[in-house]
Amino acid sequence: MPKTMFDKIWDAHEVADGLIYIDLHLVHEVTSPQAFDGLRLEGRPVRRPDKTVATADHNVPTDGTPAARMIADELSRIQVETLERNCAEFDIPLYSLGSDRQGIVHVIGPELGITQPGLTIVCGDSHTSTHGAFGALAFGIGTSEVEHVLATQCLVQRRPKTMRIDYTGELGTGVTAKDLILATIGRLGVSGMVGHAVEYAGETMRGLSMENRMTICNMTIEGGGRAGMIAPDDTTFEWVSGRPGAPEDFDAAVAAWRELPTDEGAEFDTEVEIDAAAISPMVTWGTNPGMVTEVTDAVPDPGAWGDAPADREAAERALAYMALEPGTPITDIALDRVFIGSCTNSRIQDLREAASMVDGRKVAGSVRAMVVPGSQQVKAQAEEEGLHEVFRSAGFEWRTAGCSMCLGMNPDILDDGERCASTSNRNFEGRQGRGGRTHLVSPKMAAAAAIEGTFVDIRGWA
Amino acid sequence: MRPVDVIEGKVSVVERADVDTDQIIPKQFLKRVERTGFGEFLFYDWFRSGELELEPNPILVAGRNFGSGSSREHAVWAIQDFGFEAVVAPSFADIFYVNCTKNGLLPVILSEDACRELAAAGEGRIDVDDQTMTFAGGVVEFEIDEETKHRLLHGLDDIGITLKDEGAITAFEEAGGADRGPVTTAL
Repeated sequence: MPKTMFDKIWDAHEVADGLIYIDLHLVHEVTSPQAFDGLRLEGRPVRRPDKTVATADHNVPTDGTPAARMIADELSRIQVETLERNCAEFDIPLYSLGSDRQGIVHVIGPELGITQPGLTIVCGDSHTSTHGAFGALAFGIGTSEVEHVLATQCLVQRRPKTMRIDYTGELGTGVTAKDLILATIGRLGVSGMVGHAVEYAGETMRGLSMENRMTICNMTIEGGGRAGMIAPDDTTFEWVSGRPGAPEDFDAAVAAWRELPTDEGAEFDTEVEIDAAAISPMVTWGTNPGMVTEVTDAVPDPGAWGDAPADREAAERALAYMALEPGTPITDIALDRVFIGSCTNSRIQDLREAASMVDGRKVAGSVRAMVVPGSQQVKAQAEEEGLHEVFRSAGFEWRTAGCSMCLGMNPDILDDGERCASTSNRNFEGRQGRGGRTHLVSPKMAAAAAIEGTFVDIRGWA
Repeated sequence: MRPVDVIEGKVSVVERADVDTDQIIPKQFLKRVERTGFGEFLFYDWFRSGELELEPNPILVAGRNFGSGSSREHAVWAIQDFGFEAVVAPSFADIFYVNCTKNGLLPVILSEDACRELAAAGEGRIDVDDQTMTFAGGVVEFEIDEETKHRLLHGLDDIGITLKDEGAITAFEEAGGADRGPVTTAL
């Protein structure tokens, strides 16, 4: 019987009915301390430290603080130092502050070449879906499950349903993977993928870089999906090749990886088709990622949801929080802050694209803009290419690696009422700082917005 | 984990769809390294602004897609620590649902109509074994996976159950099932 890529990976990892073996467990400081405590209480070891790796990202200041003990915020310092102690005690490799491999957990996995096709990958973070870009089955788990994986290297899982989204056509000029996934969530809604492992398929995917694919899979959780996946191909294999974690017998690995893509005729529980060529640059206007529209459009009128009172009330509340009037053109929205970074959009290609918009221009006087590379290695690469100078001379702040203003667990936050164009993944109330107002966009759109001080349709921008 | 069999009493209501875990427990409270003490930060911003008030009743009734967004289990710990023993909604986000069951916070999926009627009734009784929710409007059945129900009813430790199967894990590893993927200690 023809099988989906999801089925192939799931079936190869089933230890017993509903018990899945985990090939790679990524750990960070926020969702792990209680799990390690649980192990200590029961006297349990970590079963496979050699399949586990940790980094510090959520709490990390992006001002170049060189070591955990020097983090100014006491609670953040304790959390990172606790991770360091736990990893030492349980023999888990750790890239903490001061390591040249430190960075956002979903950036460093692929960067080290340990994110590979066909693997099961988990992490106590919902954006673990990012790693599905390599044709892996990757999903976020809670702290109890983190403890379970540490103790058993397995996870109790119900088999999710499968969904395939088939994209046709090429993305237009100025339209990016970020716009594609925002448009998809806008169409399906923030619970449209709940209960599903989602495969992003079709000709459009073949033309996308690994960075682009990671951006798409990253935001699967914003559509409620359990996992997002894209079939591996030569683009995938070239990415993994030569990295520290790449398989020793690479040719044999590639031969096995070529067997992973969904078989012709395999059936999915849900099928969706989207015309990628029709997608425009997107901007969110509300307080969840499904509240999104085209840059050429206007802030919607909640009255348009007349027959769905819950949606109308949600839209009304969102507009009140966002301080936006229905009918306002998106390009009239003025910004206070711009954030380029996060596990969605902080890789080298993201920074190159943002820099290409900036070149020679200046950040608007009313805007404070920052660029936060996703890892120390992305930072080093960008500096080698001179991108930091492009950003700095335009008036952007150039920071060190971490989750930064995506979630405000570190000093990078919005002030009450500030409006931000952000390349991150969540525009929830207060996400970037209490009272902060977040508009999700692509790196190119964010960079252009920093220059103009308002959103701009980059397709006609010169 | 404490066994969960019958939960009864008054209900509190959050009449909103897509309530995300950032609202349930904002990020600034995720820095604690313990599992306890999160109740006072539940719905922190909404409580502080006065746009939401909740009594710590046994049952919380919420809108569809409750618990979306971040995987933070702190959201479940906060709801429990505040006093709720069950959350009833038309649907839940996947990770949040699982996190509930791992902590003995009972997630119950009822139709939109049943949720509204339960909210209007003001109190109810949930029987896990029978898979029924009883309130002034009547009795409705709910679905729960057999395995999850068994663990909840007996308060079983998931890891303990899996480790009973340790022979199977070892056999899987020895048969080559664990050969895929990198050796992180050799990077």
